[in-house]
Amino acid sequence: MNARLFGVFGLVLGIATACTRDNPTGTGTTTGADKKSFTLKGSDTMVILGQRWAETYMKQNAGVTIQVTGGGSGVGIAALINGTTDICEASRPMTDKEKDDVKAKRTTPVVEVKVALDALAVYVNDKNALQEISLPQLAGIYKGEIKSWKELAGPDKPIVLYGRENSSGTYGYFKEHVLKNKDFAAAVQTMAGTAALANAIEKDESGIGYGGIGYVKGIRALKVKKDDASPAIAPTMETAQDGTYPIARFLYFYTAGESTGTQKKFIDWVLSDDGQKVINDVGYYPLPKK
Amino acid sequence: MQSVVATGADVGGSSKRSLVRKPRLVEGALELMVKLVALTAIASILLILVFVGKEALPLFTSAEVHREVTPASLFAATAAGHIWQPVAEHPKYDILPLLAGSLKVTLISLVLAVPLSVGAAIFVAEYAPRRARELLKPAIELLAGVPSVVIGFFALVVLAGWVQRVFGTATRLNALVAGIGLSFAICPIVFTIAEDALRAVPGSYRTAATALGSTPSQTLVRVILPAAVPGIAAAIVLGFGRAVGETMIVLLASGNAALFDANVGHSTRTITATIAAELGEVVVGSPHYHVLFALGALLFIATFGVNFIGERIVAGMRRRLTGTS
Repeated sequence: MNARLFGVFGLVLGIATACTRDNPTGTGTTTGADKKSFTLKGSDTMVILGQRWAETYMKQNAGVTIQVTGGGSGVGIAALINGTTDICEASRPMTDKEKDDVKAKRTTPVVEVKVALDALAVYVNDKNALQEISLPQLAGIYKGEIKSWKELAGPDKPIVLYGRENSSGTYGYFKEHVLKNKDFAAAVQTMAGTAALANAIEKDESGIGYGGIGYVKGIRALKVKKDDASPAIAPTMETAQDGTYPIARFLYFYTAGESTGTQKKFIDWVLSDDGQKVINDVGYYPLPKK
Repeated sequence: MQSVVATGADVGGSSKRSLVRKPRLVEGALELMVKLVALTAIASILLILVFVGKEALPLFTSAEVHREVTPASLFAATAAGHIWQPVAEHPKYDILPLLAGSLKVTLISLVLAVPLSVGAAIFVAEYAPRRARELLKPAIELLAGVPSVVIGFFALVVLAGWVQRVFGTATRLNALVAGIGLSFAICPIVFTIAEDALRAVPGSYRTAATALGSTPSQTLVRVILPAAVPGIAAAIVLGFGRAVGETMIVLLASGNAALFDANVGHSTRTITATIAAELGEVVVGSPHYHVLFALGALLFIATFGVNFIGERIVAGMRRRLTGTS
């Protein structure tokens, strides 16, 4: 009996811990004293970027500890609202309601910092002959209206849709900017992270997916047209920075109240030339120079 | 130990009494500790049930939640069919695709695992020479120790491509891949309990059947199996309980698209995978949050009920066979 009971126990414990939003370092809410350690939590798109920033910064500044975890922009924002992270990484802007929630729970307004640029890439398998796609076509595919590659002048094969979990900022961004807030088709397979999605498309010749430009390895990013008449633009640093690539987006840091001390120094460093240099290594783009 | 002996030598008489009483004291303390541990386990399960129930309750009581979802709307189709899409302009909380997904994957895994593991149990219990049995039983039971995330990853990377090549499924990740992955996880459970059930049939049954002139296979089919049927049924029931509650394998290998159909070649989304994927981001206290807890409660009750029934069958059979009812 016990073994089985513990099975059930374990399952429910898993659920319970998943929703108690742990705070591993206990560095949660205090903002007064200067802390040498803080946490970054949120967007899966930004996890690698955040880690690289943290590593580089910690190497240059002994004694500072920065913890970086993913989970999705939604997870990070929820953590910021609940006070279990110091900095929230998000691949989409916070909604007004979320900002109000932070203000209500943390008693201080949200501070938004744009830290990098990302061109949301549309991935296909390397063997796929398709070169470009328009946003209306893309929306048709993900709404389930375009079902075969034939409709895009490809082979007569069904399009296999890959997407992200609904906690993902990329999910939210894509839904808003490509689907114009219409619903995804039920057949979209949801992957637990951009890396898993890229891996699935690498193995699936009929697959299509979307995600950060940093993950294009072994798969190919299509050129994107804003509508059927506009030119096809490849996702590059130039097109993202000058705004011609139609689905480029900012990546954000959010904090509850102005940062102070070490945390402020870190954010300032991220925005400095040194910090922005790290972005290219990961595959995203630095902010355009003002 | 050393010190007790030393004092015994020193103080003779008085130590004799303490040597008698000490073990009793220690025994009593140990007994109390074991009792406490057992009680803690039961208490924590009860507390978890209370917690999950409490978080699920607003689905039935809160008017605010009812503006978005009611218990009845969990099963109601929209114009587009049965759809689970909790993050949308108009959230859709139809749990039928999830229930169907969980059942579909579980049934596939049982269809694959039950014949294999019951067959293995019959071989190990009835036919295998002693040395083979001593090797086989622990080897199969060792499978239960393989972490489900490892099985899931194997299904995702290796099995999925193989299944698509062999069966020509529309998507790489689908219910079949998840079901096959799951069957790895439940085989050892079904095997162990079925084997125990077969071995619990008293030797006198075998001796009597042989004395009446039955061949070994006649003994198996007409005597041993009928006697062990409740135990084998329990094995299947407990395998079901394990499969329906398994999370990691299905999360990785099923593709997680909430489709409501019976095609095993299509991607599917289970209750467990939904909870695992969505509970992390959900706003505490939102309708979505309460629906996820209701799903958890449902799963809790289902697995608990199923496991309870399984245990009762096993206990009943043991009583009957040993004649101590």
